[in-house]
Amino acid sequence: MFTLARYELYRLFLSPLAWIILALSQLILAYLFLTHIDYFVQIQAKISAIPGAPGVTELVAIPLLSNAATIFLLITPLVTMRLIAEERRNDSWPLLISAPLSIHQIVLGKYLATFGFFLVLLTLLMLMPLSLLMGSAIDLYMLAASFLGLVLLLASFTAIGLFLSSLTKQPAIAAITTFTSLFLLWIIDWAGNSQADGQDSLFSWLSLLRHFEPMLQGEIHSSDISYYLIIIVTFLLLTIRHLDSERIN
Amino acid sequence: MSTPLLKAQSLSRQYGNQLAVNDLSFEIFQGEVLGFLGPNGAGKSTTMKMLSGNLAPNRGQITINGFDLIENPKQAKAHIGYLPEQPPLYKELSVREFLNFCAKINQIPNSNINTAVDTVIERCGLSQVTKRLIAHLSKGYQQRVGIAQAIIHTPSVVILDEPTSGLDPIQIIEIRQLIRDIAAEHSVILSTHILPEVQTLCDRVQIINQGQLLFSDTIGNLSQQMQTSSLLLTLLSPPNIEQLNQFHGVLSVDVLTDTQFRLHYHPDNNPTELLLQQAVTQNWQLQQLTPEQHSLEDVFMKIIQNEPTDNGQAA
Repeated sequence: MFTLARYELYRLFLSPLAWIILALSQLILAYLFLTHIDYFVQIQAKISAIPGAPGVTELVAIPLLSNAATIFLLITPLVTMRLIAEERRNDSWPLLISAPLSIHQIVLGKYLATFGFFLVLLTLLMLMPLSLLMGSAIDLYMLAASFLGLVLLLASFTAIGLFLSSLTKQPAIAAITTFTSLFLLWIIDWAGNSQADGQDSLFSWLSLLRHFEPMLQGEIHSSDISYYLIIIVTFLLLTIRHLDSERIN
Repeated sequence: MSTPLLKAQSLSRQYGNQLAVNDLSFEIFQGEVLGFLGPNGAGKSTTMKMLSGNLAPNRGQITINGFDLIENPKQAKAHIGYLPEQPPLYKELSVREFLNFCAKINQIPNSNINTAVDTVIERCGLSQVTKRLIAHLSKGYQQRVGIAQAIIHTPSVVILDEPTSGLDPIQIIEIRQLIRDIAAEHSVILSTHILPEVQTLCDRVQIINQGQLLFSDTIGNLSQQMQTSSLLLTLLSPPNIEQLNQFHGVLSVDVLTDTQFRLHYHPDNNPTELLLQQAVTQNWQLQQLTPEQHSLEDVFMKIIQNEPTDNGQAA
């Protein structure tokens, strides 16, 4: 399983895709980071007089992570699309199937590899707000909570992407369906919001964003964590089940 | 030759309504090369996929070295090496990297990986290209890497699905040589639609058509079926056809042209000698007398064309 994950990650970094994604997402995030700092520097003089005013963490780090979540929503399909669909298209899938590996080892190996890639991406991202430590104090706990939120969010994205990649032979179709599903789960609480205020509807409970926002504010609820864990486990199991039944049908 | 290494019992596989493989049973023993012969779409690849665990049979059982492929897939798969029609390769890796990966996923212990990879590189003649990317190799070399991947964990049974398709004649000869080398140490199941390949490589042949096993015997017995039982005859001044028909042992005469005939005779009564004598004494002006050698193709066509009707009557 770990061997598989290691080679999967290695192969990912052999392709230009991984490097381009890392480079371009860093470019966008760095630009956003700078605009947030710029804005903070502008209003710093005005708000310094107000007691209890938001600090640099709330005005720079948290908006940056919030933007990053949206960018990851766009990136994830591009990384997960190739996981299984491309193996099928290149006819390399029988290599794994006829090796003495179980399906769940294959699925977990691929999942861990992709998740590992996103951790690299996240680490690079986190260096930006942490660099603020050089000039100012920041709320490390709040940052940690947001980081955890982002990790869980990405882990769920990956699980959903992996499942949709297992359904098809065409990486492009996997990418489109993944993007659509993620986006739908992202905005699904808009319907929930308009229904009843204060009351949590099913739609808003389903929303990936709804469970991420409290963590951005530094609140960690076990219900939010379990929501993400349920999503991850469900989609991993669905993938395993689908691949298993594929041999039979 | 005591217990079979691989045993398939009444395998059946359906795609939707179409029956791709129907009630196929066979065994393979230690050190044997078993050829699967059949036209395209006969169910060869489906059978190979089932044997390698890529496809589950709808009915039937596959046992490899005593392990059931459905119940103990891990143990069973450890004893097979599989090369599908398209070699399964990660083309962005170099040959050595790829074989290292294959060694690892086939559970070869870390301490033995280097030796295993070196051995297989040596055996498959890949020493020149170990550092090249697989994507940059020719089709013949890619096929060799595919074979290397299938034998790296020294499985007891190696399953090769049309290993020479799409190669040029020189590559085909090289790959056949390689398969012969492999057969010295492993049992091999080979599927192909090329008949001479079966003749040169296999100990035993199974002919399959429309998912059914039509013929299963040794190469020797297949060659016996190829024994001649017809003569090609050219006579410039031929007698009556009836006269030819009356020869002892002649079953029928086909008139090909005015002067050319084909005589079918019973294998036990060869009329050649008699015919020669008559031709000389009656001045038929004999130009040609050729015993017709049945090619494997003929036998193959005969088996494929005859058997389905036989089975149809039986069923």
